Amino acid sequence: MTFFIDSFIMTTTMVFFFAFGWIFFMRYLFKDYEVHQYSVQIIFAITFSLSCTMFELIIFEILGVLQSSSRYFHWKLDLYIMLFLLICALPAYTFYFVANTLPRMPDSKRVRTSFSVVAWLVYMYFFRKLGDPFPILSARHGVLTIEQGISRIGIIGVTIMAVLSGFGAVNYPYTSMFCFMKPVTDSDISSMEKRLMQTLDIILSKKKRIALALSRNSDASIKSSNKLWGVLQGIKSSFTSYSRENIAQFESEIKANEELSRQLFLEVLDLNSRKERIQYSRTYKGKYFNCLGYFFSVYCMYKICMCTINILLNRVGQTDPVTRSIDICIRYLGFTFDVKFWSQHISFALVGIIVITSIRGLLITLTKFFYAISSSKSSNVIVLVLAQIMGMYFVSCVLLLRMNMPPDYRIIVTEVLGDLEFRFYHQWFDKIFLVSSLSSIAFLYVAHIQKPDN
Amino acid sequence: MDVYAVDLDRVRVLVVGDSGVGKSSLVHLCCHGTVLANPSWTIGAAVDVRIHEYMEGTPQQKAYFVEFFDVGGKQAHSNSRSVFYHTVHGIVLVHDLTNRKSNSNLSKWMEEVTLTGSRLCTGVITGTGDGLQSRVPVLVVGTKLDQLDANRRTAVLNGDSEIAEEFGAEELLLDCTAAASLAPGSGNAVKLSRFYDRVLHHRYHRHSPVARNNPTAVPGPRRNSPTRRKVVKHSLWEINS
Repeated sequence: MTFFIDSFIMTTTMVFFFAFGWIFFMRYLFKDYEVHQYSVQIIFAITFSLSCTMFELIIFEILGVLQSSSRYFHWKLDLYIMLFLLICALPAYTFYFVANTLPRMPDSKRVRTSFSVVAWLVYMYFFRKLGDPFPILSARHGVLTIEQGISRIGIIGVTIMAVLSGFGAVNYPYTSMFCFMKPVTDSDISSMEKRLMQTLDIILSKKKRIALALSRNSDASIKSSNKLWGVLQGIKSSFTSYSRENIAQFESEIKANEELSRQLFLEVLDLNSRKERIQYSRTYKGKYFNCLGYFFSVYCMYKICMCTINILLNRVGQTDPVTRSIDICIRYLGFTFDVKFWSQHISFALVGIIVITSIRGLLITLTKFFYAISSSKSSNVIVLVLAQIMGMYFVSCVLLLRMNMPPDYRIIVTEVLGDLEFRFYHQWFDKIFLVSSLSSIAFLYVAHIQKPDN
Repeated sequence: MDVYAVDLDRVRVLVVGDSGVGKSSLVHLCCHGTVLANPSWTIGAAVDVRIHEYMEGTPQQKAYFVEFFDVGGKQAHSNSRSVFYHTVHGIVLVHDLTNRKSNSNLSKWMEEVTLTGSRLCTGVITGTGDGLQSRVPVLVVGTKLDQLDANRRTAVLNGDSEIAEEFGAEELLLDCTAAASLAPGSGNAVKLSRFYDRVLHHRYHRHSPVARNNPTAVPGPRRNSPTRRKVVKHSLWEINS
């Protein structure tokens, strides 16, 4: 009986997350596009709902809500559906839409379906091969178990997580701290705009001359039927006409000018963005984020050092921050309190914060990415790829979250996800985080130096 | 007709719309009569020019340059686009027939152009408050007609466009990948030529004796529907005319 009540609760929350994913898709991602294929929207919302349900189950584990057996059942169910989506449904559907956008594809449904099946088989081959160079599984497992899928998804997801964290940890202080913002004056912007308009005027005058020449040539050819008139016009026009070579030369000059106008516009755009950032930094919100920026830069340095030490010493932290901080409090600071009670509440708070910030951070990053690269033709493909990235990201989040929980609560994750080499994932995260943050620092440094000083 | 003059008078037409609706293809088709081979995203603005004979076939016939400013529609560039709105004599609003949201975004585009225009005092807007009644001639163009399915196409071809009625504009529906859409003598080409004439009339011939004596000789804008009568503020406009 309690099982049915628990299932009812879980289904209600799943529907709620589904609605949230649906609204997010409509209001933010597809803000400027009309939805032609509702199936894409449904799949995106389902992926989001399943990911949120996984996090919800972890929180229920910590708080002790619902019966343990029904939690376990829902974990398994959730994971199986998630795996099916991430390995079979999403890639195949993505390839189906890619087939739509390829230029030389004939328009029949059968051709597109067979193309997507073939592409999916190739994808499965590479997906299987992905596990070979990594020591992620013990040899006992068969081919089609849950561990095979989760382990490979974990690698991809952890890589994405580490790249995004590394870049974000470096980029956030850079964009929010004042000392990196070079001043921009209004006269800079207006002088750049003047240059842009002058270039456009040059292009216009050249195009006008070409247009005049072409209309002159066509007039001359119309009138040349009358011989005497043609001779007279020929004499007159020979002084002022442009030959084909001149026109071709004009056209190549125009191309160079157009490239210049694009560069100038990007400069104007950059100056305007910097001016907006400087204006924002003068508000209270900007100042607050500036302070946060300092804390984050310190945290980022600390994290980079810790990663380097971890890699060099080949160690993975064994105790989670909750137990460690409680230990420190009891031993060194002399507080005495009910360990179990506080450990439960602190883990709940910590895990809750991590979950909410990762979901929010990922959704914002995905939206920005989508706006930057999508067009009306490719919007479906991009959304499906983003749904896949989102699913893999959240699965790996669960994997790595295990580290932040006290041993009592890790049980269900270990039980459900199986016998994975969790150590490996943390080491892999450290390595990729280090590479990503160092290369972001190098990239931002070069970009900062190359900006013209005013 | 004086095609051998080095410099003709000119008017500037702004072409705006969401990213990816087909503004660059449209401008290329209008100016060169051929289809644009490899369209790519416009960064900033692309300019092109066309020679138009004003009042062709009448004694007042004169050649003018019509300059097209095809402004890139990406959201991220919105803070830098205002530099292109300084002098505007005609506006072409482009939307994608396969994407209804690009149609509803046209009012936002109109707002962006007219509010910037009124701030820079070019006489683009003379309406007050929320009445975006632009004095400058407006044309609404719907692209990608060929990609609509049959039902939608008949509905679109037979229906009236709200945006076009709101701004007193005509609407063109075409496919920018077919050169025949604007073949000389076709319905679309005639509407386009009428639009150019309206722009030139508005810029150069509003106060000419021909217009005053014979108001039917020059093309005028369509009447707005009576429910949208707004008070028109002339002060901003009178300064510049």
